[in-house]
Amino acid sequence: MKTILYIIQKEFKQIFRNKGMLPIIFVLPLLQLVILSNAATFEIKNIKFGYIDNDRTSTSRALLEKFNASTYFNVLTSFPSEAVASSAMLKGNVDVVLEIPQYFERDLQKDKNNSLGVTINAIDGAAAGVENVYVTQVIQRFNQNLKVDVLQPSNKQMQPINIETIPLFWYNKTLNYKTFMVPGILVLLVTMITLFLSGMNIVREKEIGTLEQINVTPIKKSQFIIGKLFPFWVIGMGLLTVGLILAKVIFKVPMIGSLSLLYFYTSIYILVILGIGLFISNFTDTQQQAMFIAWFFTVIFILMSGLFTPIESMPEWAQVLTAFNPIKYFVEVMRMVMLKGAGIVDVYPQLLKTLLFAVFMNGLAVWSYKKTS
Amino acid sequence: MKRFIGFVKKEFYHIFRDKRSLFILFGMPIAQILLFGFAITNEINNVNIAVLDHSKDVNTKEIITKIGASKYFSIKQIIEKESAIESIFKKGKVKAVLNFEKGFGENLIKEHKATIQIITDATDPNTANAISNYVNAILKQYQKELNKGNKVSYQITPQTRMVYNPELKSVYMFVPGVMTIILMLVSAMMTSISITREKELGTMEILLVSPIKPIQVIIGKVFPYIFLSIINAVVIVALSMFIFKMPVQGSLFLLGFESVLFIITALALGILISTISKTQQTAMMISLMGLMLPVILLSGFIFPISSMPLPLQLISNIIPAKWFIIIIKGIMLKGVGLQFIWKETLILIGMTLFFMALSVKKYKIRLE
Repeated sequence: MKTILYIIQKEFKQIFRNKGMLPIIFVLPLLQLVILSNAATFEIKNIKFGYIDNDRTSTSRALLEKFNASTYFNVLTSFPSEAVASSAMLKGNVDVVLEIPQYFERDLQKDKNNSLGVTINAIDGAAAGVENVYVTQVIQRFNQNLKVDVLQPSNKQMQPINIETIPLFWYNKTLNYKTFMVPGILVLLVTMITLFLSGMNIVREKEIGTLEQINVTPIKKSQFIIGKLFPFWVIGMGLLTVGLILAKVIFKVPMIGSLSLLYFYTSIYILVILGIGLFISNFTDTQQQAMFIAWFFTVIFILMSGLFTPIESMPEWAQVLTAFNPIKYFVEVMRMVMLKGAGIVDVYPQLLKTLLFAVFMNGLAVWSYKKTS
Repeated sequence: MKRFIGFVKKEFYHIFRDKRSLFILFGMPIAQILLFGFAITNEINNVNIAVLDHSKDVNTKEIITKIGASKYFSIKQIIEKESAIESIFKKGKVKAVLNFEKGFGENLIKEHKATIQIITDATDPNTANAISNYVNAILKQYQKELNKGNKVSYQITPQTRMVYNPELKSVYMFVPGVMTIILMLVSAMMTSISITREKELGTMEILLVSPIKPIQVIIGKVFPYIFLSIINAVVIVALSMFIFKMPVQGSLFLLGFESVLFIITALALGILISTISKTQQTAMMISLMGLMLPVILLSGFIFPISSMPLPLQLISNIIPAKWFIIIIKGIMLKGVGLQFIWKETLILIGMTLFFMALSVKKYKIRLE
């Protein structure tokens, strides 16, 4: 026990002596949490909207006024022709172009229906879909006004059938995206710091040649490993703590569930990551290799975690793959506990799987450590 | 010159001898692009929803069937009580509950009006909003069918044309993004580590007292990585063209030129990182912790930049990846030529020169 304490002490000293690393470990992640959480939103706003008005009548102007009034669109420019508009779209100056045909008003009065050309830049397919919905909504509202203007008050039987929908947004009434993203980004930062630090640490001793020196000392391997990894576990938990405080103070992210459950889960989760880090260390000869592997898996874990894109939308085989992604479970647990107040019964499956991962990864790491040295 | 070539050769040997790194270096882009091209999508598909039907009549049944049949939703559960909603949301089993009011069909006939509540788990605001929109669209369609007999007057219908990506494939978003991430991080990370490695192991001093000029040392170290990154870029473009049928509307030559330019920008950034870090660990942490998230989040790879708050939109301008993504999307999907992307190209060139100038300055200080 005493030996482990000495190693831990030594490791901590080493971390805190490296003045260049301190800000990277402690400041950079938190700075990113504060800044980047604001960037992660799928909400489509400020759509660059342009129009070609070939009609120039009161009806066409009234329609354009509706777009102008909508908060989603920045009505930018009037284009003289379709050619100019499509060139502007090529340059990326405009994303949605509405083309009002000539005789728009006249035909509407004559035929009672009419069509409009809408061109949407669809490189970002999801955004284009949303933009299409917004355009349709504005036009529908305009249609409704038209109806009111011309329809005589009639008996009920003549009225069209109307299904009314009432959307209720639970847990996040204002659809605040930060409430959703901050816990997720915190997960990433805790994971990345602990994985990169632990993944590089032992291989560094190998590369510099100090590992051999340690191997000839009377320290047991298990003592050495625990001593090495414990400081990173502490750093991870510390980062979580500061991150949670920032989330509460700056982003007003609610903490509905039990804080101790969150800590209990995280304490096990970090063990998984440290196990992966140790395993990577064992299988590599240089820090460079270790870093590549760590980076490779981190990018895959991040993008397949359901953090940025929904897992349900992935194809079946990819959903099966995500079952082996520890970040996925951490993201789920964070969001469930913090935002919905899920208890241990609700997160039991995630907890169990994470525990299994922890046992498996660390078992594998310790086993391979013995084999390679 | 001969000495320099010898040095470059040595560096190549170094890299090619390390089979494991090489495997990762080439395997990584392939694995990532395949995974992301096939798996990642920000569309909403197969969202699990539950139904709470207080009415159980012909109309509600028709609506439920229609919603279940759409590709957006699968009906996972039928619940009987309001109180069940909370617990299924907490377990995360379903994302939304459709709550039909009592006497739905009757109201529809008598009052010409009936109500459905769409209760969504809005911890994920994007999905919640999309669910609400899609359900609405399906209901509007159903409503139209019911109203067929009634003549609705004065209708304007938009004829929508989706340009550059008519099928709204999300691969078109992700391929340029993944290409950027890989080129950026691989180039920046590899160079920064490879130079600091010499410093940390003490071999840099040996190199500096050798007759090779410091600038040649740097170029010699960077050169193999330019070569590797170009191969990576070619592999990624080939995969996206042949597997994901991603078009290259514009000139392949221009795409090649811009990719090389971006690789050099990233390498220059890597050199800069190496001049400010003493150990490999520091270099790696700066290039990984400092670059990874900003590159993913602020480049327009996943999240649209125009929706961000203004300060972040301004910060995004200093992320080289942002400009490169605009360039490749322009060339591949829009088919534009240099006349449309000269501004972005100049910005990348400017950044490269800036990083290089700064590194040279820092490097000299180190030598004194």
